[in-house]
Amino acid sequence: MSSTAPLLSVRGLNAWYGESHALHGVDLDIREGETVTLLGRNGVGKTTTLRAIMGLIRKRTGQVTFAGKDLIRIPLHHTARAGIGYVPEERGIFATLTVDENLMLPPVIAGGGMGIDEIFDLFPNLKERRNSQGTKLSGGEQQMLAIARILRTGARTILLDEPTEGLAPVIVQRIGELLAELKRRGMTILLVEQNFRFASRIADRFYLIEHGKVMSEFPVGELENRMDELHEVLGV
Amino acid sequence: MIFGIPIQAFAGQLLVGLINGSFYAMLSLGLAIIFGLLRVINFAHGAQYMLGAFIGYLILAKLGIGYWPALILVPIAVGLFGIIVERLALSRLYEVDPLYGLLFTFGLALVLEGVFRYIYGVSGNPYPVPPALAGGVNLGFMFLPIYRGWIVVASLIVCLGAWLLVEKTKFGSYLRAATENPKLVQAFGVNVPMLLTLTYGLGAGLAGLAGIMAAPVYQVSPLMGSNMIIIVFAVVVVGGMGSILGAILTGYMLGLAEGLTKVFYPEASSIVIFVIMAIVLLIRPAGLFGKDA
Repeated sequence: MSSTAPLLSVRGLNAWYGESHALHGVDLDIREGETVTLLGRNGVGKTTTLRAIMGLIRKRTGQVTFAGKDLIRIPLHHTARAGIGYVPEERGIFATLTVDENLMLPPVIAGGGMGIDEIFDLFPNLKERRNSQGTKLSGGEQQMLAIARILRTGARTILLDEPTEGLAPVIVQRIGELLAELKRRGMTILLVEQNFRFASRIADRFYLIEHGKVMSEFPVGELENRMDELHEVLGV
Repeated sequence: MIFGIPIQAFAGQLLVGLINGSFYAMLSLGLAIIFGLLRVINFAHGAQYMLGAFIGYLILAKLGIGYWPALILVPIAVGLFGIIVERLALSRLYEVDPLYGLLFTFGLALVLEGVFRYIYGVSGNPYPVPPALAGGVNLGFMFLPIYRGWIVVASLIVCLGAWLLVEKTKFGSYLRAATENPKLVQAFGVNVPMLLTLTYGLGAGLAGLAGIMAAPVYQVSPLMGSNMIIIVFAVVVVGGMGSILGAILTGYMLGLAEGLTKVFYPEASSIVIFVIMAIVLLIRPAGLFGKDA
């Protein structure tokens, strides 16, 4: 883990869905090239944290700074253009668009993104089905597509929400290999994942979230020592 | 004779139906694009169609600018008007109940119609057929006025162009994706507020184009929009709200159905579209081409 200043810094992040107060002052930091995982039970605010960082929840207070830029007061599309790619929990594959169109949809925001050939080398299934409607793909293929379309944009930081949810073990393994490859390439990843065994293969650090705030933070090396706590908190 | 009807009368009414269908298709296309992305039921669409006809009429009367330049200038002017309306008013209503958008555009339609009624009265103003499209062609079984043939061809080109824009271009893929999930599209870095503005401008511009094309066929009158808008809403409902291809095909189909009804049972011609709408709503509430049946 590097000791440089955080690339993404979140301080006192509060967020609301209507009148419902969902986040109660989340604090977290991610340094460039790190993979950080948010752990927690369903409904504790992991997804909301990602959505609030992106700006998908407009009713929010606190500080979100990315590469020195304040993300709280800028329009949603400027957050992506600052260099953050977002892969939502529900994958967000557009039914009226083909695989190719889904892949080409997000604008390129920086140089260094993967070319279409490189993406198809990494995801050969997508190449075979490039003219199919996006929603005709299997769950695993949709997840691959959701990640692939962000890799094309040149974003070096990815917010990834529950990428293994509902997928077969063999696909989960494939996604694990993919994320490990992205980590090797120096990408910064903020991952929401309930499967901490899966996350431990790629994460540098964990934040444990309960009741809309960070309860503890620990490096991957401490995972084994915290097993009892995790089993209790996560209910696994 | 076809079914006991002289072929000239039959073909003549089919042509009238096809011309009406051309305007229904162009107008319902704009309505469907706007509803699909903005979720706004644009009651001002008829007024924007009327505005197009009046701008064409006024630039001819005051500035001597004829039909052909007007085909470019009028859609741009009405599109810009739409952009201003969207930026100043509609964009503030997206977060509230869609009923507010409907009420606002309904009010806007009443204001526009009222202003033109106040200045020009309700009687129509003539707009000449451009000399290049004057006269007609004898097809043997019927006499085809060239301008009316032009309307059918031009509206097919406009509808095909709009369909290609939506289905085959990057702008179209943004538009289709934003119709499904605008927040996610914006989270990818696409300026969705600008997309919404341009889409409303495009829809209004299409209405303006239909207006200037209609000017030589119908009288340029403040009431021409309100006469048309109810039928066009029925077309969009039959086609399926938000379905662009549905709006185009249904526009032509209902125009022809109206024309055929004039041949066989003229008394029902003014209500046939609404009867079809009622039947479609009973059998397939999402419309013939809608996805959420």
